[in-house]
Amino acid sequence: MTMKRETFFLKIVACSLLRRHSKLLTAILAVAAGAAIVSGLTTIYYDIPRQMGREFRSYGANLLFAPAGDRAALTADEAGKAALFLPADAVVGVAAYRYNTIRINEQPFMAAGAALAEVQKTSPYWLVRGGWPRAGQEALIGQEVADITRLVPGSAFTAVFTDRQGKSSEHAFTVSGVLQTGGTEEAFVFMSLPDFENMAGAGGFDIVECSVSLPGADIEKLAARINEEIPGLAARPVRRVTESETVVLTRLQALVYLVTVVVLLLTMISVATTMLAAVAERRREIGLKKALGAPSASIVAEFLSESLLLGGLGGLLGGIFGFLFAQMISANVFGRPLSFPLLLLPFTVAASVLVTGAASALPAKSAARVEPAIVLRGE
Amino acid sequence: MHILEIEGVSKIYGSVKALQNVNLSVRKGEWLAIMGPSGSGKTTMMNIIGCMDKPSSGAVLLDGVDIAKESGGALTAIRRDKIGLIFQQFHLINYLTALENVMVAQYYHSMPDEEEALKALARVGLAERARHLPGQLSGGEQQRVCIARALINYPALILADEPTGNLDEVNEGVVLDIFRKLHREGSTIIVVTHDPEVAREAERVIVLEHGRVAKEVLNKK
Ligand SMILES: Nc1ncnc2c1ncn2[C@@H]1O[C@H](COP(=O)(O)OP(=O)(O)OP(=O)(O)O)[C@@H](O)[C@H]1O
Ligand SMILES: [Mg+2]
Repeated sequence: MTMKRETFFLKIVACSLLRRHSKLLTAILAVAAGAAIVSGLTTIYYDIPRQMGREFRSYGANLLFAPAGDRAALTADEAGKAALFLPADAVVGVAAYRYNTIRINEQPFMAAGAALAEVQKTSPYWLVRGGWPRAGQEALIGQEVADITRLVPGSAFTAVFTDRQGKSSEHAFTVSGVLQTGGTEEAFVFMSLPDFENMAGAGGFDIVECSVSLPGADIEKLAARINEEIPGLAARPVRRVTESETVVLTRLQALVYLVTVVVLLLTMISVATTMLAAVAERRREIGLKKALGAPSASIVAEFLSESLLLGGLGGLLGGIFGFLFAQMISANVFGRPLSFPLLLLPFTVAASVLVTGAASALPAKSAARVEPAIVLRGE
Repeated sequence: MHILEIEGVSKIYGSVKALQNVNLSVRKGEWLAIMGPSGSGKTTMMNIIGCMDKPSSGAVLLDGVDIAKESGGALTAIRRDKIGLIFQQFHLINYLTALENVMVAQYYHSMPDEEEALKALARVGLAERARHLPGQLSGGEQQRVCIARALINYPALILADEPTGNLDEVNEGVVLDIFRKLHREGSTIIVVTHDPEVAREAERVIVLEHGRVAKEVLNKK
């Protein structure tokens, strides 16, 4: 019974790999390690914008709504309509503010009224000594205000509000906490919207701060659309925040590229040296095959098939390890699990096969150059 | 009719004259032994006859073709089609079974044929060891696999360089028996040997010294 040449070819290649496993383990491990690092990095790389987007939201609002032109305030209706343009799954928080001057002990300060629950979402980095206002007639005062008035959490104070007609009213408050931000917020007195309206009456909003988990470019687009659709409202991205996001992401990308290239090179070098060593070790076997009449092309084909199979195996292993590696990093750095990028696996395997193929070209050539005469010389 | 004619062949490695103006003819079906001290050029001659090396000068007619003039690729083809090689060190591929080792020769020649390969192993008395790896076989058994592999493609010329050099007397006897049988069946055999016992089995013995044919002896049977 004759056997197909291709079948026997595969048999030789498979036997060579299976029955000499220990020798090739190093090469497989080299490929697997390289593939693991590259595929792990790629997984993280694609997940970073998503993950980082959420992290970045802790730096505060990245989109503002303000009255356009010389209008004094936004109506609640306008603010609500604009907020509808924000993609619901990306919205972290929307805080609408009203401002007015008040006096405490004859000193003027700026009072801000807002839905404090939303403020906590848009400005998660705020440091509060004491607590946020929980009951009515409680206020969160900035550090600067506290320094001037010598108020501490728990102190009572009277806020004097003067309306446009010059009529003053007095309102009793308790300090719930003192706010530290390192910014202008430290000069403000924050209170809930009902408390503020109780003092200043109903009215429009001076500014709306939005925190949206989207990349900078998308925020720009969103702002442009809102500006077009709602006249009288000016939507402005907070560039300082969106730009620093972009810068961080670009640098991360560059880093991932760099590491990928370096790892691929290292993998190639280590595969090439392992393969060269394998050729040296198998000189007699190669010489024998040539003595039996194997043309150089057969020797190259066998050798390359062996290394490609090995590359595929290493790639598969590496792809799986790479995901575990990415999973570990994601869990440690972002505290969230990743979903397995199934599509990445065939790519990892293909890339590994390519890299081992390229790395084996030179060793394969040196295998083809082995002289059959060495088998009689008994080297 | 001559299957091999060597005319004025020299082989020079740098300053070493491994062969100097050697002339030799081998008849079809002849059993020739080559003897001579170490370094006298025996292996060099086998390499040239086996198309694995080219002479520095002279002509080597194998089946009427001057292989001294052929290129590397053509030599590979001639070697594959006409030569069966047997080595002192056996040179079996250690990750393939005895059967697969024989089939490798078929594979490079034409088609792997398990049945044929099994028959070849049976002829050297190794039918039951066909599925063993070389590491599981004795030296004598390994040499018999090597012989089965050399014979599998019906070579015009069997070249054996010290085939019994690594074997004990019993196994030497087994290998010689196989050679006798091959000779009876009409194979042309050239054996390099240090062993007078082995040389005595051949029809003719030539002795190389310093790359020259120093002596020629016809064995009477
Ligand atoms: N590739 C080579 N380069 C240089 N010198 C060589 C080479 N091959 C053989 N020689 C030299 O040619 C001479 C003949 O060598 P050869 O191997 O033919 O001897 P031999 O008769 O087979 O010896 P032995 O009985 O020890 O096997 C030796 O002096 C050897 O050193
Ligand atoms: Mg020799």
